[in-house]
Amino acid sequence: MQPRSSQPFDTATAQAIVARFVRVPGGLIPALQAIQAAFGHVPRGALKLLAQGFNITEAEAYGVASFYHDFRLDRPAGRRTIKLCRAEACQAVGAGPVAARVKDKLGIDWGGTTADGEWSLEPVFCLGLCACGPSAMIDGEVHGRLDADTVETLL
Amino acid sequence: MRARLSKDAASLALGADKVAHALMQAAAKRGIALDLTRTGSRGLVWLEPLLELETHNGWQAFGPLTPADVDGVFDGRDALGDIEDHPWMKRQTRLVFARCGATDPSSPPEGGFAGLVRARELGPAAVLDEVIKSGLRGRGGAGFPAGIKWKGCADASAEQKYIVCNADEGDSGTFADRMLMEGDPFLLLEGMAIAGFATGATKGYVYIRSEYPHAIAAMQRAAALFRDMDIEIRIGAGSYVCGEETALLESLEGKRGQVRAKPPLPVHHGLFGKPTVINNVLTFASVPAIMEKGAAYYAGLGLGRSRGTMPVQLAGDVKHGGLFETAFGLTLGELVNDIGGGTRSGRPVRAVQVGGPLGAYFPPSLFDTPFDYEAFAARDGLLGHGGIVVFNDSVAMAQQARFAMEFCAIESCGKCTPCRIGSVRGQEVVDRILRGENVNANLALLRDLCDTMKAGSLCALGGFVPYPVLSALNHFGEDFGS
Repeated sequence: MQPRSSQPFDTATAQAIVARFVRVPGGLIPALQAIQAAFGHVPRGALKLLAQGFNITEAEAYGVASFYHDFRLDRPAGRRTIKLCRAEACQAVGAGPVAARVKDKLGIDWGGTTADGEWSLEPVFCLGLCACGPSAMIDGEVHGRLDADTVETLL
Repeated sequence: MRARLSKDAASLALGADKVAHALMQAAAKRGIALDLTRTGSRGLVWLEPLLELETHNGWQAFGPLTPADVDGVFDGRDALGDIEDHPWMKRQTRLVFARCGATDPSSPPEGGFAGLVRARELGPAAVLDEVIKSGLRGRGGAGFPAGIKWKGCADASAEQKYIVCNADEGDSGTFADRMLMEGDPFLLLEGMAIAGFATGATKGYVYIRSEYPHAIAAMQRAAALFRDMDIEIRIGAGSYVCGEETALLESLEGKRGQVRAKPPLPVHHGLFGKPTVINNVLTFASVPAIMEKGAAYYAGLGLGRSRGTMPVQLAGDVKHGGLFETAFGLTLGELVNDIGGGTRSGRPVRAVQVGGPLGAYFPPSLFDTPFDYEAFAARDGLLGHGGIVVFNDSVAMAQQARFAMEFCAIESCGKCTPCRIGSVRGQEVVDRILRGENVNANLALLRDLCDTMKAGSLCALGGFVPYPVLSALNHFGEDFGS
């Protein structure tokens, strides 16, 4: 998969997304996903439009968006995202040293983005690659049996 | 020349696409017209990327392959023989994963939907009866009899009923749902259609976690081709607790994934307030085989009240990691040492965690425990979704207990106090123990807190997090300075 690309917030695009999903039963989460896919995050302006469209308060829309780890409410992630598994099966085969190396090389902690906006580092609790850990997902592409040295070559 | 190579996410993580590319080049160079099918995985993850090639000696498997190795396969170098004759495959009873790895997951099965055909011949009441008689229990972890749940929904009267598949497989050490959805998505859809036929539900949803993009793509493709039920694929948004069935229903309705108090049960008041059957991927995927082979055959497999097969997932520091489908009843030791081959690192096994992040840690002294819901419960553990994570002697068990509390704090939905606050206090208490502060008093406090969480939480997240914590404390007390 490709590095992330997204457009700046605009009302017309957001309105079109809202209009598409208000008809879908339980459509608020798919709508939030479409908003984030378009803009790289869920801007306040989009929450306002979602609230109007779904006939809920803005606080309720915010409450749903902020509940889920996937939604970014402040700003888009870096151009590229590395997700490292922090769960038990990967811990058992050295996920700790892999994460330490990535944090060290990029100079950021979990949830951080490098100053140049190139990389974001996100924790993930299981990619289902538990028989070939430590595992990572970089821009949607999966990697297994990593160690501190091999993960560095991917950055 | 026919060939099969897995495009399962685990195979891709180990370089299967690069191997496929090199393979096509090597074949072209030799003037071989290669008919390559990208399948799911057979489950022998330690041999991935695993190539199967139809030679004049029959099907031959090769693996684990790197792009540099592929040219040699055409000379039969390092052939493993027919993978179906491999001892690791021979020892299995593959009902759910019978087709996974052998067939093309992107088109409906060649033989059609035999289970669904038989279900329609039997009629809804007889299907319910068969599923009850098979002894199939929910594979998501709770182990509730599937047929009883289905009957509850069938008996409810409503204009609209729903079938919901819980594919929010968040437990570390488990990947059977992912493998099945990627490798045989039509089996799951067939199982859901049988459930719909038996209960009168006409609309289905599969809720898949967003961490599984390959499974999402495979299911979306299959659902678009499936004509026997209207099934929609919905994508989660990174919440572990949405694997709890009522939180999942809330999330499907477009709300915060907060747990509902039960009763009312989902079979009476489920999705959008309508009667709903919600089951795990493996539960639905077990049903076509029950229809096809009959309840008696299925119930003839297993042990005690655990009937049929369980796809056991071997993970962590294990030599032969992967998926092994077998009738219930093998011991934990057989699974870890015999099937799993011990550790990948070569270090001694110190602990295994069974059933995900809310499952207990067992030491090798409990390796005689048979893989069975009741046997694990009797030893203060749980089977969960059938994942086994192996840890070697370098593991620090107090840290693992702390992690269980930390994970619970990150993922708590916040609805009930024991889970929301107890998990945060739990981390702090373990930290004090690790710093050597009033160790005995803090250990007593930790046990008391676990007792409160176990008895007072609304769902399995807060209610089961005491399993890893207390098992670490009880079996590995030396790590806590006690």
